[in-house]
This record gives sequence, structure tokens and C-alpha cells, in this order.
Amino acid sequence: MSWEIVIGLEVHVQLSTQSKIFCGASTAFGAEPNTQADAVSLALPGVLPVLNKGAVERAIKFGLATGAHIAPRSVFARKNYFYPDLPKGYQISQFELPVVGQGALTIQVPAQGKQPAYEKVVRLTRAHLEEDAGKSLHEDFHGMTGIDLNRAGTPLLEIVSEPDMRSAAEAVAYAKTLHTLVQWIGICDGNMQEGSFRCDANVSVHKPGTPFGTRREIKNLNSFRFLEQAINYEVQHQIAVLEDGGSIQQATVLFDPDTGETRVMRTKEDAHDYRYFPDPDLLPLEISEEWKQQVAATLPELPHTKQERYVRDLGLSAYDANVLTQSKGIAEYFEATAQACNQPKLAANWVINDVRRFMTEGAKDENGEPAASEVRDGVPGRDAIRVPAESLGKLISRITDSTISNAGAKKLFSALWTAQDTTNVDLLIEQMGLKQVSDSGAIEKIVDEIMAANTDKVAEYRSGKDKLFGFFVGQAMKASKGQANPAQLNEILKAKLAG
Amino acid sequence: MFESSLKQMGDALRARKISSVELTQSYLDRMARLNPQLNAYISIDAEKSLAQAKAADARLAAGSADALTGIPIAQKDIFCAKDWLTTCGSKMLHNFVSPYDAHIISQFNNAGAINLGKTNMDEFAMGSSNETSYYGPVKNPWDTARVPGGSSGGTAAAVAARLCAAATGTDTGGSIRQPAALCGISGLKPTYGVCSRYGMIAFASSLDQAGPMGRSAEDLALMMNVMAGFDERDSTSLQRDKEDYTRDLNKPLTGLRIGLPKEFFAEGMGADVAKAIEAAIAEYKKLGATIVDISLPNSKLSVPVYYVLAPAEASSNLSRFDGVRYGYRAPEYSDLADMYEKSRAQGFGAEVQRRIMIGTYVLSHGYYDAYYIKAQKIRRLIAQDFVEAYKQCDVIMGPTSPSTAFKLGEKGDDPVQMYLSDIYTIAVNLAGLPGMSIPCGFGDNDMPVGLQIIGNYFDEARMLNVAHQYQLATDWHSRAPQGI
Repeated sequence: MSWEIVIGLEVHVQLSTQSKIFCGASTAFGAEPNTQADAVSLALPGVLPVLNKGAVERAIKFGLATGAHIAPRSVFARKNYFYPDLPKGYQISQFELPVVGQGALTIQVPAQGKQPAYEKVVRLTRAHLEEDAGKSLHEDFHGMTGIDLNRAGTPLLEIVSEPDMRSAAEAVAYAKTLHTLVQWIGICDGNMQEGSFRCDANVSVHKPGTPFGTRREIKNLNSFRFLEQAINYEVQHQIAVLEDGGSIQQATVLFDPDTGETRVMRTKEDAHDYRYFPDPDLLPLEISEEWKQQVAATLPELPHTKQERYVRDLGLSAYDANVLTQSKGIAEYFEATAQACNQPKLAANWVINDVRRFMTEGAKDENGEPAASEVRDGVPGRDAIRVPAESLGKLISRITDSTISNAGAKKLFSALWTAQDTTNVDLLIEQMGLKQVSDSGAIEKIVDEIMAANTDKVAEYRSGKDKLFGFFVGQAMKASKGQANPAQLNEILKAKLAG
Repeated sequence: MFESSLKQMGDALRARKISSVELTQSYLDRMARLNPQLNAYISIDAEKSLAQAKAADARLAAGSADALTGIPIAQKDIFCAKDWLTTCGSKMLHNFVSPYDAHIISQFNNAGAINLGKTNMDEFAMGSSNETSYYGPVKNPWDTARVPGGSSGGTAAAVAARLCAAATGTDTGGSIRQPAALCGISGLKPTYGVCSRYGMIAFASSLDQAGPMGRSAEDLALMMNVMAGFDERDSTSLQRDKEDYTRDLNKPLTGLRIGLPKEFFAEGMGADVAKAIEAAIAEYKKLGATIVDISLPNSKLSVPVYYVLAPAEASSNLSRFDGVRYGYRAPEYSDLADMYEKSRAQGFGAEVQRRIMIGTYVLSHGYYDAYYIKAQKIRRLIAQDFVEAYKQCDVIMGPTSPSTAFKLGEKGDDPVQMYLSDIYTIAVNLAGLPGMSIPCGFGDNDMPVGLQIIGNYFDEARMLNVAHQYQLATDWHSRAPQGI
């Protein structure tokens, strides 16, 4: 019997508030060290925490978006340990009573080899609010350590899943879905390079039908690629140990992207006793039904709801609906395009193929690398789309009313992407001479001229050399400078050649 | 002049009979003479105090003075005061000059009061005798061989010796009331949440409360008008309307129901203390009060409950003192863990270390339920006892401390004996109630005895009324220690 992989994820989502979770200092990334460390961030004697309501609202949003229980009363607790970048000697977190209880997230696991794509529901155990620590800087201090407390006190939502995932692919699909969702509902900027979305993976293996194996926790994975690599390595490692007759010790491990391996950071024996207890400086967090409803009113339509609607009302495939809801920006762009041309399927094709390709290609810097500001982890923002949805809608309308050909439309789209004026589509069609000749008189005239100039070929054709049809199409297209409506041209040619 | 009430001083200042600079200077002179004997102050900074006095004089001249404008007030060294050394009585903060003002300090600054200096205290407010201070013990002005009580011992001694007009204290388990009793002055610990804790260095956050210490209930009422009030920077600060704590001072006490808890009079109280308390109760009967026998059955559990909860919170609150960002750091260490261990071992005194260890223990995995959770449950029972009691009475009275001031060093070797000196005061903190101590006579050693008055939640104005009426009828509060 083969091994079954069991994975649960803990994801730290940095909430997009302007100020920190327990004080007014800024959360902006990249400032000079300790310039965003006020008295509270520094944990000066006598300072006290005051909860940022914006952080709570974001937690409520997340709970609502995942159908989770939102605790009417939750409690902040102190997690006690010493570290230089933890200024109070404790982290304010939530322990026994978290703000968000059990919920669920539906994920799409993409096709892999022979296995087709499938949908899966991952249960969420809980999500709780807590503050981030500062940063220890070990370089540039000549054997000493520098401390930057700008990040200390940044609000985090720690989202804990049940051990419901059975492969690295499922774990990545879960992480990506979560990553999309938190940006979608506007609680996190999703910037993984800046640490706004960090994953810890609990990994174990066992034989189906037996209890779960001992897990090891891989800490601080800040890209989907590392998440996948780390889990795959960890799984191979655990299976190798077990098949060798060894046993797995509970441990926290770190993933080294350079070697592609995990190494033990600490084992169960030297695990901390965090001595959690309710923080006496903060009152229990109470969330009324009214507050919940106020927040609910600000929630956008969620990806899953949109997908269902696209399939049901717009006739898209489940795959297309899924691709279009990878980011809120893309979904909104698609909807605006579809509305402008009233052709949802064509709009979907254009957005999925052309728009997305141009977004990634168009967003590359001079070295051919994706520019970080526009493409984050493969999900570009809507600001990367250079062609307004109304213009793409117009372009699609011009295909369906036969003004331009498909080939002409591709040229037009490419031109629009770099055009100064991206709004006047019809003018650009004129200027580029893309308008098809759909006037049957004009096409007939061209055909007549070509037949007159090639009487020998006409005779050959009529005596049975069917292959020459392509020659006449080519000549006619050339004569029309490519602007003849191909369908019409075919029809007229066929009729005239038949004599 | 040193015997004048705050009201009299304020009147004299506003009438320009004396300037704040003159008043402040005369206190500074007296402090220079007497503080070396008493060690009541950790920091005195004449230049800063006089600069404030000058500003107060301008305000007095402009006619925009408040009740306390120009009056020199001492601040317990637990309150962060901008540009003042703020040590909390610890070597750990021997070099900490605060970059910001505690809410209480801002309130006094806004009122135009003069910060006369930072008073000595037990290290991190942990102690009942002021002997745990890194800056040495404070002496009781009534007998310098005896302790002033603690932890606000410096404040109590400074008020008793007339080294300030009035002063601030903090009370976690009796730290205002017990030293007030032992030094023969008045002190009030308000309802939890009435005075902001912002900038007050935390000992046990769910119990800590700032309050005034002075020579009379009337003075305390004026101090409360400055100190009390909502502060958004403290999440446990209560949002209530501003009140005038002097409003009820002159109400007669006719019909006042005084509850006497049988547990407070059962055992452990010195005979001399009992005699003074009984005399005070008799005086209240003369003033029109009636006596009700009540019971606080769980109050006997106060001390053990307190010595689980307070150290638990303290062990966490004091974690920030790690030698990393400010305060004491050991001069030599081998690595990070060694830096923490040496800095904290050298920076904290024995009593603080003892309580950190107790607190760490009771919060540890496997002990948390048996100690911390259990203590929280009993804490609720203790509070419930008071709720029941106040169905039968308006205020509760009893001794503040089982004995008068003991000798320096007398209880130094026995922490439990020391902890028991707060046996009557701790339940009040656990319940979050307001409590007071006022002088009510002298014991066998001619040392002052304190009467404790415990009020219902937010009943400070009534308690001040109850105390003030007694002080109109007696003169214990105006007795001053001789020989200093």
C-alpha cells in the first residue's frame, strides 16, 4: 500500500491597514529602520495597546468570505518568549478564543498528467488576529545584530487549515486560492516578496487507514514555488526515513531554496512553553451582529459566486470561469468587456488568451523579467491592462459585424496596447486600413479582373484542377490589399469560376 | 504654609500672596534638608520644577489658573515623565529618561501643577515596606527606624514629612492605602479604570490603579479632579462623564450604613490597631452612621489568589526589560541568552525575581489551570462577596493594615509575613473597587493607624464625603511627625 500525504497550512496574511494593530504607527513597507517605531512599537515602559478596528473589520470580512463562524466574543492572549525583535517579550495574539472559527475554502486543483482538474473543499480550522514581530538584521553589523522595529505590531491574520490536503499540488492550489481571496476582498495586498503572505506547511505521511503520521512544520515559505518544492522534498524525506525503518520526530524545519532541502530548526524537546494567558491590557473583542452586517455590506461578489454565475448565466465553461476569476481585476475587466460587446464567450476568449498574454509580456522589463509592480506571483493587477474594456468590447463588435477580420483584430489589439489614444477604435481601424471589403460589387470587380488576366488558369480550373482555387484566393486578396471579406470572396470566386 | 490645605494654597497663589516659584523653592529647600534622612525622593530637579513654577506664575497672573495651578506635587517614580529619569525603583531603569509623559503626568501638567520630583518606591511596586527599592529604603517620618510601608512609601513619607503638598501613588494590592496608614496620611485607590494607566509602568495590569495621597480627604478630592478621566490610550480606561469629586464633601452622614466584615475583625489584627479602629467606628456612630455586620466569606483567599495573579501578569509585563532597547544591560556576556540572563539577574532585585519566577511557574504548561484559572475563578467569588455586601451597606470599614509600621529589616527574611501585611487591602484590588485609608489614631509605638474605607464601584465622591466628615470631627489627619 502506498503512502498518503497529509498537509495542513498556516498562512500569515498581513492586513492592509494604514496603521499598526495596537498603535498609530505606519505599516508602510521599506522605510528607514525604526522610523515607524513609536513608543508602543518600542515597548517603552508604561505604554499600552489599543486595538485597530480596521484590522478587526478585515478579519470579519475574511470570516464572511469563507462562511466561517465569527466569534461574538474573542480574546487577545499574550504569547511569551524572548527574542530581540519581539520588544515586549510577548506577542499579542489570540489563543483559546479566535475571532474567526470554522470555515471552508473551495479550491480548483489543476490537471496534472493523466489526472484531470478537480474541485476540493478544504476546511478552515480558525483565523486569528495577531501582531507581527520586528526584524533582526544580521548583516552589516560586524558580528552584532541590528533590530528594526518598523514591522513590529503590523496586523496579521493567521489562517489555519485542517490537514485536508493530500499533495503539494493541492497545497499550492489552496494557497493560491487563499492568496486570490484575501486580495479580492481587499484585506491584504498579496505582496509575497514583501512578506504580506507567508505560509507554514505541516506535513506528514501515513498509510491510508492508519492514524496520521508525526508531522514536521516547514516555516516561512514565501512563494508558491518554494511551497511546492519544500513539501515535495519533505514528503520524500519522510517516506525515505520511514521505509528505512526509522521514525519521524516532531520538528520545525526551514526550507533552503538553494539546496532545495529542509533542515531542522528545533525539535519538540526544545519547543517553547509560551505561557499563553489573556492580555489584561485589552478587553475581550466583541463583534455585534450589526457590525458584522455593516462589514458584509462592503464585501464584493466572491470568486466562487462569480464562477457559478459565469457558467450559469454567460454560458462559459467551468475552466474559463475559473481562469477569469484568478484576480478581481481580470474578472471586472472581463465583465466590462462582455457588457460592452454583449458577447461573453468572445470576450472571455479575448481576455483569457490575448489580454493575459499581453499583460505578462507587456509587463516585462528590459531584461525580459516580469516587472514586480505589475505582476505579482503571476497575477497581474488590472493596472497592467493597457486597453480599456470598452475598446476591447468595440473591437469584438467590429469582428462580429464583419468590419474587421480575426487577423485584423489581432493586429488592431496589438496596436491598441501601445497606442496613445486607446479609446478611438474605429479611427484606428481606418488608419490601419483594416476595414474589410464587404461590398460584393467591389469584390466581383476584383474577381473579374483576375479571371480576365489569367484565362489559362481559369481554363485549367474548369477542366478539373481544383487546387488552383487557392491561387485565385491569393491573387484576389493581394489585389484587395488583404481587405476582402474572406467568406464573401470565397463565395463569389466559387460562383464565377463555376462559370 | 506647609500645613495649608491644597485649597488654601491655591487661594493664596491666586490671591498672589505667594508665588509658585516661592512656594516651590521653599519645598525644595525643605527637601534638601530632610530628604537625606528620609530618602523619599529618587529624583529631584530644582531647575525643571522652578521652570514649571515660573510658567504657573504667568498663568496665575493671567487669571487662567486651575485649582492646582502652581502647587508642588510629587510623582511616584512609576509614572513616565518626559525628560525625567523614570526608574520604577529599579536598577533595570537606572538610566531611563522617559521620552514621553504618562497620562497622569499630562493631566497635572495641564492643570499647571508643579512636578516637585519623583518619589521612591519598592522596585516595580513589589513590596510593602519600600525596602526593595534599588535606591535604598525610605524611612518613616514618624520613626526613621521604621518602614513607611509600600510600595508608594516615598510618596507617603514625602506627604507626611511635608516634603510636597500632595503626591501620586499606585495601588496593586494596597500600595497606596498601606503606606498611607503607616505614615498617618490619607490615600485613595479609585475604582479600576477611573485613572488611565497609560505611562504608568505596569506591575499587574488587571489590578494596577493610580490614585492620590495627601493630608486630607479634601485634598484627595482636588487631586482626583485632575487625575480621573477617560483616556483612549488605555483600553481599560472607563468612558464616563467628568465628575467633581468635591461635590459631596459636606453632606451629613446621617443614615450612612457602614458594613463591618466579620472576617476583618476576627484575628491577626494588632490589639492597638483594633482599639483605634473601634474608636473611629464609635465616632462615625456619633456622626449619624449605623453599623451593619456583614461577611466577605472568600476574602481570606485574597492573598493566595493575589500571589498567583499579580506575579503571573508581572512575569509577562516585565519581559520587556531585556537589555535590548533601553535600561540596564550587563557589561559582559557571551551570547544572546547570556545577555538576557545576566542583564535581568543583575538588573532586577530579589523580590522582583521571586515574583517573576512565581508568575512564570503558574503560567507554565500543566500548571496554568490549577493556578491561574483557579485563581481567576476565586477572584470572581471575592468580587461577588462585595456585591452581596453592598446590598446591606453603603461603605465597608476596617483596618488598612494589621499592624502599625514595623522596623526596617524586621520582615525582610520572610516574604510571606510581608505579603500578609496587605491582607485587608488586596480583596479590594481583586474586585476592582475603590478603597481609602485615613488616619484614625496611634498604636502602641505612637505610630499611626489607618482606617480603611471601601466603597462601591464609582463611589469615590461618597467615600471622600465619609472621610471628610470624620476629618472635620477629628484631628488625626492634621497631626505631623515631630523631630524632623
